[in-house]
Amino acid sequence: MTETITIGVAGSGTMGTGIAIVAARSGHPTIVYDVDQGRAEAAVGQMKAFFAKSVQRGKLTQAQVDEIMGRVVATGDIAAMAPCGLVVEAIFEELEVKGRLFAALDRVCGPDKLFASNTSTLSITEIAARSGRDDRFVGMHFCLPAQLMKLVEMSPGLATSPESFERAWKICDAMGQRPVKTQDAPGFILNCFLVPFNNDAIRLVEEGVAEPAEIDAAIKGALGYAMGPMELLDLVGLDTQVLLCEALHGVTGEPRASCPPLLRRMVAARRLRRKTKRGFLSYETTAIFGA
Amino acid sequence: MSHRVIRTGESRSFPDAHPLLETASASGEVLVLLGPGAGRALAEVADRTAHTAILVELGVECLGVHTGESRGEEGSNVLGFARFRLGDAAPSDLVEIVHQPATTPEALAAARALFQAAGLKTAVCGDFPGRIVDRLVRPYYNAALGRLDARLATAADMDLTLRLGLGYPEGPIELLERTGLAAHHDVTAALYEALGDRAYAPARRARVAKARQSEGV
Repeated sequence: MTETITIGVAGSGTMGTGIAIVAARSGHPTIVYDVDQGRAEAAVGQMKAFFAKSVQRGKLTQAQVDEIMGRVVATGDIAAMAPCGLVVEAIFEELEVKGRLFAALDRVCGPDKLFASNTSTLSITEIAARSGRDDRFVGMHFCLPAQLMKLVEMSPGLATSPESFERAWKICDAMGQRPVKTQDAPGFILNCFLVPFNNDAIRLVEEGVAEPAEIDAAIKGALGYAMGPMELLDLVGLDTQVLLCEALHGVTGEPRASCPPLLRRMVAARRLRRKTKRGFLSYETTAIFGA
Repeated sequence: MSHRVIRTGESRSFPDAHPLLETASASGEVLVLLGPGAGRALAEVADRTAHTAILVELGVECLGVHTGESRGEEGSNVLGFARFRLGDAAPSDLVEIVHQPATTPEALAAARALFQAAGLKTAVCGDFPGRIVDRLVRPYYNAALGRLDARLATAADMDLTLRLGLGYPEGPIELLERTGLAAHHDVTAALYEALGDRAYAPARRARVAKARQSEGV
């Protein structure tokens, strides 16, 4: 049985909010930190809105939601993270910024506390090296949207102690997630395969092999995938794919991870994603897939 | 729209009974050439213009091998097709229809209509090695096998991650085990030969499986 520790979430964007939902829903006191107190409070507002939908759909009662949200605190003061047994960082993908955040957390959190990064592309070992506690540091990559997806890719850094990794694994398990162990390798498992695969699909369009809709039809029809690569790219955002390419190709040099020229042209033309009604495909509505 | 089927040996696309075969007639607007000799059968068609479309079952080769090519302006009422199939697994419901730059729209529409009427899904692509699906999945499968060798994760965890994280029905390793690593070797080796791209070079585990198959192990 894992103790009910306080979980800190550093970063209040989409991922941070989703992770905070997972933490609070699983019974853990949860502190949402952002350098901007207003953004942290906005994230808590989004959590309330998410749980209100859960009540509407009969998944939770209002009393349960009140209890869950009673465990949640928003803060703009990093010192408030002191009680956290585990802090999961979910800020933007920049090594030095993450490093400064963890160095600050190291000054306020006790030596027995664990740190985790939700990075999808950066090296856990390199972030951990800036944290002041690389032996108590793990990678915990939640999938988007974290509040709905069970999978968490967990990676030890080179200096992570087996005990720390095991503790973090148990906490992840206690949060109701399904951890899988991966090496601290660029892109871990998901992005290691997905980013090049999507690039390959873009290159088929670039080379005139097939139109985007035909590529999606082929992949869905042949393999039973719920979405084709072009639909998925439009959902994730073509600008996001560029960033993923740059991060992965930058560290691996893998040709398939390099950004296809067509992708850059699409971004330049502001054909960014489904939300903007124009990516590789055209959309008459911007309703979220599956909604 | 009526169709006639000519078999030239065992078809990878239609190895068993199928509505497309059962609804065929002795003559038809669409001529379907099945089997490894489909290209040769095309050469024997006396009057190609008598058909709205002539559909040639392809293996790993391009349609241009059978029709000839000319300055990027080739194309007629002859199309290629293949039902996507992994190794010895049953064919999928997906038919890739291969057109050339000047393929007639009527022929393409007839091909789509024929396959869809038989309950199949279609995707249209140009005349390139690997068409759509093999072009996309073979580098992915090779990468998965390579990452397994590199100990990125266990086979079970890689499969689970792709299933949970992306909603794939099967992970890459379990899929290759089910459909045959040696068969993957054959397809990806042909693509490597055709495209010269290292991403298609058979992964070590595929080469081992092929060697064992060749030795009858």
